Amino acid sequence: MKPRENLTDVSEIKRPRRWHILVFLLPALVVYTAVMILPLVETLRQSLYNTVDGQLTFVGLGNFKVLFGDPRWAADFWNALKNNFVFFLIHMAVQNPIGIALAAMLSVPKLRFGAFYRTAIFLPTLLSFVIVGFIWKLILSPIWGVAPFLLDSVGLRSLFAPWLGKPDTALIAVSLISVWQYVGIPMMLIYAALLNIPDEVTEAAELDGVTGWSQFWKIKLPLILPAIGIVSILTFVGNFNAFDLIYTVQGALAGPDKSTDILGTLLYRTFFGFQLQLGDRSMGATIAAIMFLIILAGVSLYLFGIQRRMRRYQF
Amino acid sequence: MTRTTMKGLLLASSILGSAGLVQAQDATLTIESWRNDDLAIWQEKLIPAFEAKNPGIKVVFAPSAPTEYNAALNAKLDAGSAGDLITCRPFDASLELYNKKHLADLTGLSGMENFSDVAKSAWTTDDGKATFCVPMASVIHGFIYNKDAFDQLGLAIPATEEEFFAVLEKIKADGNYIPMAMGTKDLWEAATMGYQNIGPTYWKGEEGRLALLKGQQKLTDEPWVEPFRVLAKWKDYLGDGFEAQTYPDSQNLFTLGRAAIYPAGSWEISGFNTQAEFKMGAFPPPVKKAGDTCYISDHNDIGIGLNAKSKNADAAKTFLTWVASPEFAEIYANALPGFFSLNSTAVKMSDPLAQEFVSWREKCKPTIRSTYQILSRGTPNLENETWVMSANVINGTDTPEAAAKKLQDGLDSWFKPVK
Repeated sequence: MKPRENLTDVSEIKRPRRWHILVFLLPALVVYTAVMILPLVETLRQSLYNTVDGQLTFVGLGNFKVLFGDPRWAADFWNALKNNFVFFLIHMAVQNPIGIALAAMLSVPKLRFGAFYRTAIFLPTLLSFVIVGFIWKLILSPIWGVAPFLLDSVGLRSLFAPWLGKPDTALIAVSLISVWQYVGIPMMLIYAALLNIPDEVTEAAELDGVTGWSQFWKIKLPLILPAIGIVSILTFVGNFNAFDLIYTVQGALAGPDKSTDILGTLLYRTFFGFQLQLGDRSMGATIAAIMFLIILAGVSLYLFGIQRRMRRYQF
Repeated sequence: MTRTTMKGLLLASSILGSAGLVQAQDATLTIESWRNDDLAIWQEKLIPAFEAKNPGIKVVFAPSAPTEYNAALNAKLDAGSAGDLITCRPFDASLELYNKKHLADLTGLSGMENFSDVAKSAWTTDDGKATFCVPMASVIHGFIYNKDAFDQLGLAIPATEEEFFAVLEKIKADGNYIPMAMGTKDLWEAATMGYQNIGPTYWKGEEGRLALLKGQQKLTDEPWVEPFRVLAKWKDYLGDGFEAQTYPDSQNLFTLGRAAIYPAGSWEISGFNTQAEFKMGAFPPPVKKAGDTCYISDHNDIGIGLNAKSKNADAAKTFLTWVASPEFAEIYANALPGFFSLNSTAVKMSDPLAQEFVSWREKCKPTIRSTYQILSRGTPNLENETWVMSANVINGTDTPEAAAKKLQDGLDSWFKPVK
């Protein structure tokens, strides 16, 4: 019975072309090409061109040579890259552990008002960066801020400093504001991963006498590692594309003394210009191309180096 | 009864009829500007005054945020979606727009004869052949002080640098007021209200500025380093946490009466008049020694030009001719005390603080901000660098000498002195 049916299938080799697949893919493909792929290719192409004597000319890797060879451009670029790494490391060291801890606490079955905490902690993620930047500028303001006032009321005013205005603290302060805003995302992703762990596994662990902290370290953490991997790569991409919060809190010059300048703000200033500085599209595109390559390298490293080796458990 | 009905009908038809006519001829002009503070003045005073005289032309004032204006405008002009009239930043930013053929040549515009060459200098090509924006206003730097505070502490207006710091020291010793309201968070306050405010006294205004352009002086020379040295001394007299104090913070500190002196630009006057509940006075940047010539920064700040791609060029030119008229100058200067008309016809101003500022034009030598003409054409941009360095000097991040050296090094990397 079965083989014969298969035979008839083979004889009817002219299957109808499955046009619907193409039709279903088309809208996404068209939109994605128009708003993502084309601009990306255009940007990469523009980074190979520059204006020479008023004419847009192909200069090969000339723009990249200027970016890395000219001491001033190079200083700006390496400063921005270094700050960007600090920005990223603070997120990895503060945002993600706190996110995991919050998720672990939220998944404790006996927790009361869990839904409230979840919403409250996730809420800042939904706020516009303009609002976040503005309220934190106010909170940290040495003149009208809540921070100096609160510290004063417990007699610790001396601990307060104009953090956003000092070159050695500004970047940390801005990073922590960003952490505050986005801590909800790792929390939610890891919370979901924790909920996915079947009760049988934890029950089995309990029977074996693995409870409390050791249960978290030995059973749950290995099971949520893939989620932590995803969170890390999202943080990486988000941080190296970041611009908005720094721009709203510290301005386009990313002061003081360019101490909060990251690749996004450097790109903005170069591409669009600022105040008397006119926009330089070619150099802007060059910086954008480098940013693309950095993110591409980071994501590839993760995909090929880490994600493939990660163990997955099937239940 | 019937008569009134008839009258009503006639009236209604005439109004409706004429309304229809106006609609038919309407040319709507859109003004691009960074002066979002002036929205009310344009909508309530300037535009109605123009529209009353020129039926058929409607004007819309569409400002954007000051720090985003240049970038946004450039993008809009490139995309062809910019308004008909473009508010012009002085010097190179606008010159670049003209060179890119975004701004039309207005040399022959009727009304242009109302302006002196100095007034037009900010919007004229280097060879002086073409003018592309109608000059609107200049701003003058100086210091605004809280008169009540000065009276209370028995302080006299300082005329020299020494007296200035003596006054600051007294205010600090008294402790009731923050001596000076300025922050370094936004960077530009330090450069614009600080360096460019007191600087001309040391580099002797135009003399030093032109020497710099010609390559006879360098930013590392004494006249250019000394203002940094004086700025560094300001640090002790600024409010607690000035490093994170923003521009609006400084304005509020002063208008709330918590600070005694505000390093100012005259554009603050109208805002301060409505906010402050105490008497205010103003004094020019103190000179080094009694009897020295005083110098002020009287900076051409705003002009208005025509988008070369405007579809309503004729209507726009009518508007620009009106902007060049003494009538506009009078309304503008009085609606916005602190923005001083560049029109050759003298404008009567009623605001005492504005009168005080403008009176310095008679006793002091005016100059424009040193970084604006030619010197901000290249990368790194001298104006932006000056923001960063002025803030660094006040914060103590850099010494005056180191800051000056960084500025000169940046300038050397691209600038060829003008012969």
